[in-house]
Order: sequence, then C-alpha cells, then structure tokens
Amino acid sequence: MTRITRGFHGRRRPDVDPARVPPGQYVTQDFPVLSAGPTPHGSLDGWSFTIRGQVDQPHTWTWDEFQALPHETVTRDIHCVTKWSKLDTVWTGVSLDTLLDGVETSAEYVTAFSDGGYTTNLPLEDLTGGRAWIAFAYDDEPLHPEHGGPARLLVPHLYFWKSAKWVRGLELQLEDEPGFWEGYGYHNYGDPWREQRYAGD
Amino acid sequence: MNWQPGTVLELIEQTARTKSIVFDVPGWSRHRAGQHVDVRLTAEDGYQAQRSYSIASAPEDRHIELTVERIDDGEVSPFLADELLPGDEIELRGPIGGYFAWEEAPGTPVFLVGGGSGIVPLRAMLRHHRATASTVPLRLLYSARSLDDVIYRDELTADAAGDVRLTLTRRQPAGWTGYGRRVDRELAADVCWPAAERPLVYVCGPTGFVEAVAGALVSLGHDAARIRTERFGPTGGETP
Repeated sequence: MTRITRGFHGRRRPDVDPARVPPGQYVTQDFPVLSAGPTPHGSLDGWSFTIRGQVDQPHTWTWDEFQALPHETVTRDIHCVTKWSKLDTVWTGVSLDTLLDGVETSAEYVTAFSDGGYTTNLPLEDLTGGRAWIAFAYDDEPLHPEHGGPARLLVPHLYFWKSAKWVRGLELQLEDEPGFWEGYGYHNYGDPWREQRYAGD
Repeated sequence: MNWQPGTVLELIEQTARTKSIVFDVPGWSRHRAGQHVDVRLTAEDGYQAQRSYSIASAPEDRHIELTVERIDDGEVSPFLADELLPGDEIELRGPIGGYFAWEEAPGTPVFLVGGGSGIVPLRAMLRHHRATASTVPLRLLYSARSLDDVIYRDELTADAAGDVRLTLTRRQPAGWTGYGRRVDRELAADVCWPAAERPLVYVCGPTGFVEAVAGALVSLGHDAARIRTERFGPTGGETP
C-alpha cells in the first residue's frame, strides 16, 4: 500500500518526457561515478579483450586490433540502480554483434570480467541484436578512467551496473552465475522498466 | 524487499547543510554498518520520488537514523531536511548493499576515510565498533571544510575519540592542532596503518575525494582489492 507523504509535492521536470524515465528514476545532467574500489589505470599496451569459456578457441584482440574493427556511435538513455538516469548519452564503440560474429558457442550466459576483479552476469541474448557495445569513447572523447576507460561494456537496456567498467572480456557459460553486485542482493537481470533493482523485485 | 512505513521520531540539526532523521521502523531487518536504504516519497496525485541514503546508525542502535545533506536544487533532500516533522511517515526499503559494509570480526586493522557527508556510513561502522567493544584496531580520518561542517561533531571530537582524526581543509579554529589540508599521500601515510599490516579500508565521499584518497593509498602499496569505496556526485566535483 502506498502512503501519501504529508507536504510532498515533488518537482516534475517540464523538460523531460516522462515516457523516457523508468519507475523510481530521476533525470540528472551530471554523470555520477559509482565504483566499488579504486579506479584502475592500466596502459593500452597491456590491454586486450578476450571472449573465452564455452568457445572452440578463445578470441583475443589487442587495443590496435580492437580499434581496427568497425565502430558505431550510438545515442542512448542510461539508468543507474541508485536512481539517476541520463538521457541522450553518446557512445562510440564496437558492437558485440561484431565481436561475437564467428564465435561458435552453445553458451546461453555470459560473465563480463574487468580489471580490478569486477564481474557481472547477463544472458548472451542480451548482448546481441544491436543492444550492446564495448565502448571506448563518450561524447567523442576517450572514455575517462572514472567512467570505465579505456573501455567498458555498454548495455543500456539494463541497469548500468551491468555495463561493466574497465571490461577485459566475456566468459561464455552454459550456466548462469551471479556477478559482483548480483551476489550482494542486486537483481539477477536488472530491467529498469520493470524496476528490477534487488533480488525478488 | 518490501516498502515499510517509518515514523519520524526526531530531527537533529547537524550542520547548516545536514540534518539527521531518526525513524521508528517496526519490523526492520537488522542492517550491517555501511549499508543503505531507499526512501520513497509520494505526492497526493500519486507522483513518487525515490533516493538512496546511507544508514548512519549502528545495527545495535534502537532506531534507524539517516543523515541528509541538503542539495539546494534537489527534489528530495530539501523536503527531508526542511519539511519533515516528528510524527510524519515516509516509506523505506532496505537494508541494501553489502560490499561497503563492516561487521565486527577478528581481523586486520580497519581504516575509514570520509569526506564531507561521506562520513555517514563510516559513522555507523565506528558506532558498531564501539557498541561491540571491538578489539580490532580502527582509525577514522574525516575531511571537512571547517569545524562548523563536521557532522556528528560532539561524538567525533569527544575526549574518548582517540581513534578519530580530523582534517579541516578551508578554515581551522584558533589553536587547532589537527590537520589542515586535503588528504594527500603524506597525510594518508601518516594516519593509515602501514600497507604491510594489510588494513581493510573504506573510503566514502564525493568522487574527486575518493579518487584522490584511493589513488594515494594504492601508491603507498595498499592492495586495491582491500580498498572499498563509495562515491557520490559527478566527476570533478568539489573536494571537501
């Protein structure tokens, strides 16, 4: 049962289309930073991106090889489980469709893994169909380390903790396994439009 | 996790910008120090706003306490800080999180570093440490702009609070013997346990503050995996 809060009127924003804001979210112009530990600062020389696990053989790209792949620039709304949403964010990266092209697998699940030990789990299907990228630029600038640079996963249709910062690869799996925040009570799937913030939502 | 009504028992002015709100929440599940709670406000026409706040009280405390910093152009914090009265009810849901949390157990020393209102979850850990009479060595370093900006000032500056060090970055009172600058590598080295003792570190504050402190600790040889952080605000925000 929802209770009325005495004296609360709220401040609806006339400049924001409510249809673009998932339940319980508010729109911010800032770009807040949320990370569980220190920001890693690695060199691009040592960077690689790997797809491994349930595959015939692992696929690995160095930074230069990765940069040679076709790029896409996309404009998307992003939604953080801590309640902020940011509209019309502009990212450049490599589509997961490009990276997964030619990867033979029977896996249905993915664990994305990152520098610093962060992980998050997703259905493989959610990374395909033009819905996910490995992004290395934000607003036409190299992605800042605080926001996950040199490269982060971008899966804007799920809460933003699924868009792993400092991503270094994908582990393709037959079974679903909870990632970092999923193991601390956050929702396994995380659809902002169904307000799947925490386990049981 | 369901929404639960919480009744405001008391409002405590902490600083010119922060207020503590003490709630009675019947049937509340015990939290761990450092966890947070979601707050939901509902207008008469059904419009709702939600925000997350760190819990300021220890698990041992009788009531749930939140401490809210008023953000002038904010939608929720000015309401909580200025409009709420004892007896009002708002909805809460939690506890949430679990990584930025500390539970008393034998182990390595604990180092807490807070900037501005980033003190809130660390204050819950400090109270938990005291309530359990823990023998785990604990130290808290708190950076604020001036003594007037120190939240929980009486509690943190009490004679017995030998485990608390303050640094006042903008203005220090006459005769101030504490630190008077931003937390840099040298200050962190001065207060934190040596890296060789493998302390567990919790850093909370605005993004710029957390980046600087966590970076300083990593450069001093601390294991990044033992530094837990909670940031708020945008990139390059003001440092307390």
